[in-house]
Parts: sequence; C-alpha cells; structure tokens
Amino acid sequence: MYKLKLITRYLLKRRITHFAVLAVALCVFIVVVVMTVMSGLVWGFKQNNHEFVGDCIVGTKSLVGFPYYEEFAQVLERTDFVTAVSPVVKNYALLRPDAIDVTAGVEILGIDPVRHSRATNFAQTLYYRADNPAAAFRPLYDPNALGCVFGIDLALPKSAMGQYAYNIRPTRRAYALTCFPLNARGAPSRSASMVATQRFFYSDHSHTGIARVDGSTVYIPLEQAQTLCMDGELKRVTSLHVKFRAGAALRPSCARVRELWNDFRQDKQDANDAYLLDTVTVESWKEHRRASIAPMEQEEVILSVMFSFVGMTTVFIVFVVFYMIVSHKTRDIGILKSVGASNASVMALFSGFALVVGLLGSGSGTLAGLWFLARINQVEGWLFEHFGWQLWDRSVYAIGAIPNRIEPGLLAVIIGCAITACQIGALVPGYLAARLRPVETLHGSRT
Amino acid sequence: MGKQAAILKADGLHKAYRMGTARVKVLKGVDLTVREGDFAAVIGASGSGKSTLLHILGGLDRPDEGTVSFDGRDLSRMRARELNRYRNEMVGFVFQFYHLLDELNVLENVLLPAMVSRSIAGWFMSRRVARRRAAEVLEQMGLSDRARHKPYQLSGGERQRVAIGRALMNEPRLLLADEPTGNLDSTTGNGILAVLERLNQAGQTIVMVTHDERIAARAERTITLADGKIRE
Ligand SMILES: Nc1ncnc2c1ncn2[C@@H]1O[C@H](COP(=O)(O)OP(=O)(O)OP(=O)(O)O)[C@@H](O)[C@H]1O
Ligand SMILES: [Mg+2]
Repeated sequence: MYKLKLITRYLLKRRITHFAVLAVALCVFIVVVVMTVMSGLVWGFKQNNHEFVGDCIVGTKSLVGFPYYEEFAQVLERTDFVTAVSPVVKNYALLRPDAIDVTAGVEILGIDPVRHSRATNFAQTLYYRADNPAAAFRPLYDPNALGCVFGIDLALPKSAMGQYAYNIRPTRRAYALTCFPLNARGAPSRSASMVATQRFFYSDHSHTGIARVDGSTVYIPLEQAQTLCMDGELKRVTSLHVKFRAGAALRPSCARVRELWNDFRQDKQDANDAYLLDTVTVESWKEHRRASIAPMEQEEVILSVMFSFVGMTTVFIVFVVFYMIVSHKTRDIGILKSVGASNASVMALFSGFALVVGLLGSGSGTLAGLWFLARINQVEGWLFEHFGWQLWDRSVYAIGAIPNRIEPGLLAVIIGCAITACQIGALVPGYLAARLRPVETLHGSRT
Repeated sequence: MGKQAAILKADGLHKAYRMGTARVKVLKGVDLTVREGDFAAVIGASGSGKSTLLHILGGLDRPDEGTVSFDGRDLSRMRARELNRYRNEMVGFVFQFYHLLDELNVLENVLLPAMVSRSIAGWFMSRRVARRRAAEVLEQMGLSDRARHKPYQLSGGERQRVAIGRALMNEPRLLLADEPTGNLDSTTGNGILAVLERLNQAGQTIVMVTHDERIAARAERTITLADGKIRE
C-alpha cells in the first residue's frame, strides 16, 4: 500500500521523474510517427502491387508465351474459388509519337480491359473510362479509333507537390508502336520487315501508384498485342492473372491452381507446341512482385532494428533516472526496511514506479504522435509553401500524401516495448535498492 | 519487584568493522537479557558501539558471532520473511535522527509500519482499524493537530515524537530507542523521556541508548557498554 502512496508522491515531487516521463514520451512519439509512416508506405506499396497483378499469376518469363491459355482459363473459372481470369501479353516496344522524332522503349501489356478489370483494379486506375473499362481503348474524341492507355507518368506532367496536370478530355494524340513478333520457337518472324508497327490513339491513362509501371507501361487490346508481338498458328499469352473469391486463403488457393495446372499440362502433353507449357509457373502476387516488394520490406526491417536502438536509449534513460533516485533515496529504503518492508516489496516499489513512468510516458507520447500524424500532411504542406521543404519529391516519387493510417496492433507493440524498456531500466537500480542493508543506508544520514 | 520472563536475550555478541585494512572490534562478547516490562538504558561513550548493539537487537544488522533470541527464537535462524515480520511487528525502532519519510505527512509516517505489511487489498480491508490506531498513537504523542503536516514543518521534538509514534504503531513487544533525546535541547528531551516513562508504566518494554548519565538515571536499569563489553 505504501508503494502506491510513495509512487504518486515521488512522481509529483521529483522533477527528474518528469524528465524520465518526457524522455519516454519523446521516444514513443518518434517511433509511433516514423513507424506509422513507414508501415503505411510499405502497406500501400504492397497493396498497389497486389491490386496491379491480382491474386495469382500463371505465367512465363519468356516473351514467346504459351498456348491453350483460354482452355486453362475455363478450367479455372469452373472452380468455386476463382472469380476472374485475365489473359495478358507482356512485351516490349518502341513508342514514337506522330510528327515528333523521339522514340522511347516501353513495356506493353495486351489486355482485355473488361476481364482485366475483374481480375485486377485496372478500371480504378483509369481516369476517363474508370466507370466503363469496356471503352478503355476507345478515345473520347474518336470512339472508332484504336486506342491505347498510357501509364500516367508517360502521359501527364507532374508538379513538385505531386499533382498531375489532368485534362478534362484526352487530347488527340497518335503514336506508333513497333514490336518484334516472335514465333513459337522464339525466333523473329520471317515476314518481310521483321517488325510490326501499329498506330494507336491516346485514350486514357492508368495510375497504379507503382512508379516503374506508371512510367513505362502502355496498355493495348489483347488481340493487337498478339498480332504485334507474336507469330504462329496458336494464339499465345505470357500470363493469366487470377482473382480468388473474397476470403479465399492465398497460399492454399495458389497451390490448388498449381495442381490444376500440372494436370492440365499432363493432358496437353502431346498437343502442338506443348513444350511452351513447361516454362509456365504459378505464383502468388507476393512471389510474382517479390523483386519490387523485398527492398521495401528490408527497409522496414532495418528501420525496426534502428528503433530498437531508440528503445535501448529509453532503457538507459530510465536506468539513469532510477539509479539517481535510488542513490537519493537510500535512506528512505533503509527506513522502509527497518519497519519490515521485504526485498521483494522494495523491488516492487521500483517496478511499479517504472510502470507508472512507462504508462504516462508512452501514453502521452502516443497521444502526441496521433495528434501529429493527424496533421502531418498539413504540416508538410505548410513547410513546402513557406520553405519549399518536402519529405520526398512528389515529381519523382509515386507517393501522394504521407500515410498516417494508425495501426492499433503496431501501437500496442510500441507501448508494450516502452513499458518493458522502463521495467528493464528499473531492474538493476531496483535490485540494488532491494539488496541494501538498512544499517548501511541509515548510518550517517542525519535528517 | 516480581520480574517477568525474558523476551530478548543476547549471547556473546561480537561485531567488527573493516576500516581500510584494519579491523575495528566494536563488540567483544556482549551478553544481555531484557525482560518484559523493562526500561533499560544502555550507556557508553561516543563510539563505544551502542548503536551497533541496538541495530543487532532490532534485526537491522547481524553480529559476526553470538546470538540474539527473541521469545526463545534465534534471529540468525529466521528466514527473510520472519525477520521482516520481526522488524514490523515485534520491535519498534526509534532512531537518533528521526528518519521520517519527507514525502509523507505525519499520519502517513505513523501508518507506515501498518501499510508495509499489507497488500493493497489487505490495506483496504484493515485501514479503518489502522487509522484508529494511528489516531490513538498521535493523541498519545500530543500530535493530533499535526496529522496533515509534513516532517519539514515540525520541530525536532515533534519529529522525534512522530518517530516514536511510528515505532508504536504495530504495538511492538519491544521498543528500541537510539539516543531519542540526543538531538534535542534538555526541555524537549525531558518531554520525550516523560513520554517513554509513561509508556513503560503502561507496560511497554523499552531499551534506550544514551551517552548522558542523567538521562540514564531516569531508567530503572542501567547497562554500561565499555571496551566492547557490558557492565551492569
Ligand atoms: N557501518 C560501519 N562501517 C564502519 N564502521 C562503523 C560502522 N558503523 C559503526 N562503525 C564504527 O563502529 C564504532 C561504533 O559505532 P556506533 O555507532 O555503534 O557507536 P555509538 O556508541 O552509537 O556512538 P555515538 O554515541 O556517537 O552514536 C565507531 O567507531 C564507528 O566508527
Ligand atoms: Mg550511536
């Protein structure tokens, strides 16, 4: 009981305890803000990647592609756990605007906009045709022209604050796309020119939030892509993007697709060009986008490690403060023991004290963090307006606002760590205090 | 006078302190018996080891050799828990320099021994009884109107009375007082002595340390500590 009383009295009286609380609050504040922003970035980035490719990808790295894809798509669509399948041709092309002598290399994705919008979030990434993906390749200014969709960074300029200069209607622009059609053996086609060229009209732009995609991808109709990039009797694609029913677990569902694919390949063993099926793999979206997600995740890990150092600083601060309190209060400890307080209860006094410091510190740090996060974008906007200072250059990075979505789980972990850090910091001083012999501490003190 | 049974017995107490490389022998075989209802004064020159002896008797320090037994139970054989209980319930200790907790007020300082031995739940169960006892003790010490004051607001004599009140809180069988008047002027000191005498008349067993012959004379029994031994 005296513990409670002493804890509150010490907390109210001693300025050094206020500093300890402040130090804990500061550490918690920093960690809450930075971890929230960082985990928000990682989460958003993963989300973008997931939505861009769908749940599962049956595909080949080879630009030659694989045949019989429509048959396998039907196999998948007949199952109860697949809701959509979209065949896609991926390849590279030269892009040349009409009347301008600038040729750029781009990645082309041949898609059926309706099917692709069912398997991925393609429709939501569009600007003019977001409500009507079926018309994605029909320019507003000329619905009969052959349209193409640009990654947004290929189509629009971007301000320093990351705002795109949107137009109310797409401007009429024509481009020539040039590809090298490959036959089923992977060799260039033997047609007269060896290259295939097709004119497209800019119909819309797609904003996936993935910088590399938005800066280098041109979407065209699937059939166009097949004639531009492929040559041969059997139609081929490079991948099937699969969407699972809501709530279907990712790994088991991918495993089922893999089984179905293996059976399908067995059946097709003797079909024409069956060897092309051997290069096909089944991957979850995480596996498929590993190369772009992994560095992000690594950064998050590194950040967590760095913050464990911040945590150690907290431990040390609490240690120093408590050590000072113990050395200031040895007499009190002697008195407590002379009236019969046990070692354990002296120890409990300090750990209770640490608990209060930890709770107050992490509580106020969290509140300050939440308050700041709620205003972080305002603060950044203000800084940019007045000082031109920006956390990251929006004209370079694909990130819009600073993420500030609070994760209760993360918050709980941070608060838990702060309280644990306080306990650890109080451990040694508490132990030293508990071990003090009453006479030693009372000897010579005269108040 | 028909003396009561012995409650505290010390046998062949030895205690030495290390001073750098030298060992200073303070107690060299002290034998002592305290009986129920005693008012004993331990007298001796400064540095003769009076405080050391009292600390050992109160279970605040251990002898190098010899035994202290309370009610026939050897302190050195007690477990930590029992020793805590001994300090908490069996003896009350009054220090020369009061040793009050500055953060707590007079009432809380007096309540301290009752609080220390109880959990929060236990405290809430028994706090009425404890409060009544504390009020009684403060009344006895003439401090009723000072209950809410902090130690720094009190005079030396008042502080010492608070310390005595704290020592009496759990109604200990034995009160140990280390120069309770040593820091006070003679009038105030006499007041404290009067308090102790009154307590003794009411049956409280007291062992008091002093280096003042006149004060020792007020006790009914005088024990002299010299050269690390007892003369009675
Ligand atoms: N913890 C200690 N460490 C070293 N020496 C000590 C310690 N406690 C006491 N002493 C020494 O032991 C001797 C006896 O000390 P003690 O305090 O028992 O004397 P005392 O009779 O109470 O004296 P006083 O009348 O001045 O209070 C002194 O010489 C003192 O310096
Ligand atoms: Mg002394």
